[in-house]
Amino acid sequence: MNAFRAILAKDLRTELRTLESVPAMALFAATTFVLFRFGLDRTTLEGSLAAGVLLATVLFAAILAINRVFVAEREQGGFDVIRLAPVDGTSLFAAKVCVLAIYLLALELIAVPVFAILFGVGAAGLAPLAAVLVLADLGLATVGALVSSIAVNSRARDLIGPLLLLPLLVPVMIAAAGAAEPLLAAGGPAYGEFGQWMAILALYDLVFVAVGYAVYDFLLED
Amino acid sequence: MSFKAPRILPALTVVTLAAGFILVFYFAPNDADQGFIQKIFYLHVPLAVCALVGFMVAAVQAILHLRSGDPGWDARSYVSIHISVILGVAVLITGSIWARASWGKWFVWDEPTLVSFLIVFLLYCTYYPLRYAIEDRERQARYASVFAITAGAFVPLNFLAVRLAESLVHPRVFATADGGLTPKMTVTFLVCLAGMALLWQTLVRFELAAKSTRARLARLRRALDQDAVAGGSRIAPVPRRASGAG
Repeated sequence: MNAFRAILAKDLRTELRTLESVPAMALFAATTFVLFRFGLDRTTLEGSLAAGVLLATVLFAAILAINRVFVAEREQGGFDVIRLAPVDGTSLFAAKVCVLAIYLLALELIAVPVFAILFGVGAAGLAPLAAVLVLADLGLATVGALVSSIAVNSRARDLIGPLLLLPLLVPVMIAAAGAAEPLLAAGGPAYGEFGQWMAILALYDLVFVAVGYAVYDFLLED
Repeated sequence: MSFKAPRILPALTVVTLAAGFILVFYFAPNDADQGFIQKIFYLHVPLAVCALVGFMVAAVQAILHLRSGDPGWDARSYVSIHISVILGVAVLITGSIWARASWGKWFVWDEPTLVSFLIVFLLYCTYYPLRYAIEDRERQARYASVFAITAGAFVPLNFLAVRLAESLVHPRVFATADGGLTPKMTVTFLVCLAGMALLWQTLVRFELAAKSTRARLARLRRALDQDAVAGGSRIAPVPRRASGAG
């Protein structure tokens, strides 16, 4: 638990001092919205199109952070130190999942209002949307931390990471878009299948937290 | 790690598959609805079942590899995924042909099984670039096993999510694949399924044998080279190419 707190604090302090990940993600998300505005040739979005644009943007922005989250550990020898220290590999995994989830939440605090303003999305759906995003973030962070620690030790890490991530994240996209679509509908939020999609997201998070917990130590061994 | 090529298994596979296809064409009745084209079902569905079961088998073998550290299990897991991906290509091709014949399109997005299979197939295709991007042998095996386990957990989740996504848009009867089969069709299907499972196993065994033979050959070559360099042997230093021919 101590190791977990120490790694988490170290990563957050580094991020606060260097501002490497979150501002870049926010800028990326804003630019992507502009691209979608012209790519789709729409000035307002609602329903499935709004959900798709928002979630695809968050997903791609997440890839930026996921690609970077272990780079420092590898280049500055963080992996070696953790292997030498008498701590569980799982605490590194848990800390990185939390770091990624915090980055994503920070990104969404900026990106969702920008999205709502740019595309004229009503504010009524945004509160329940936050719940969807929290569960989606946990899934992104868990799978992201797992894949990132695999990819960072391979030769083509910037390539392998996204390549593994995108198919693994398809169920998150399906469930989060399914839940968000009625919330962003033109006539105000609706809750048709909301519970079912949230259950799928929660199940996904649970399964991959368990998988990560079970296999993570094998990624650190050397 | 040493695997031998199977002897009886290939013959059994040929007999079962041949019997299966004889049943398909001379015993099973034509489908009342779809006619002759429905017979591709006896090829397509067993292929898909074997590929998916193969992925799950690979995940179990990967768990055994991580628990025991035995590189043989990693080799088995790798070959299971490899053969299943090859069957996966055949699944997508036969599925496309079937979709074209019965729905008029090569790919149908509201057929959840087809879409889920495509996603799973794309995921397992990334196994190869991942594996070969890691140079250290031992680490490669460990990371590949972690991937195989993660992907194995992903397969059922993905089927669940895709099925729910489609069933909302297009209400469908949750009939199982053999829900509307007559007894004759069921028998034929089961024989085809058994034949395909045997084919999967045969291919896996041959690939494993080929891999272990290649590894042994490389070891022998290295030993020979070392002998020649040490000069302790009476064999004259043999050029690499000549030793391969002999």
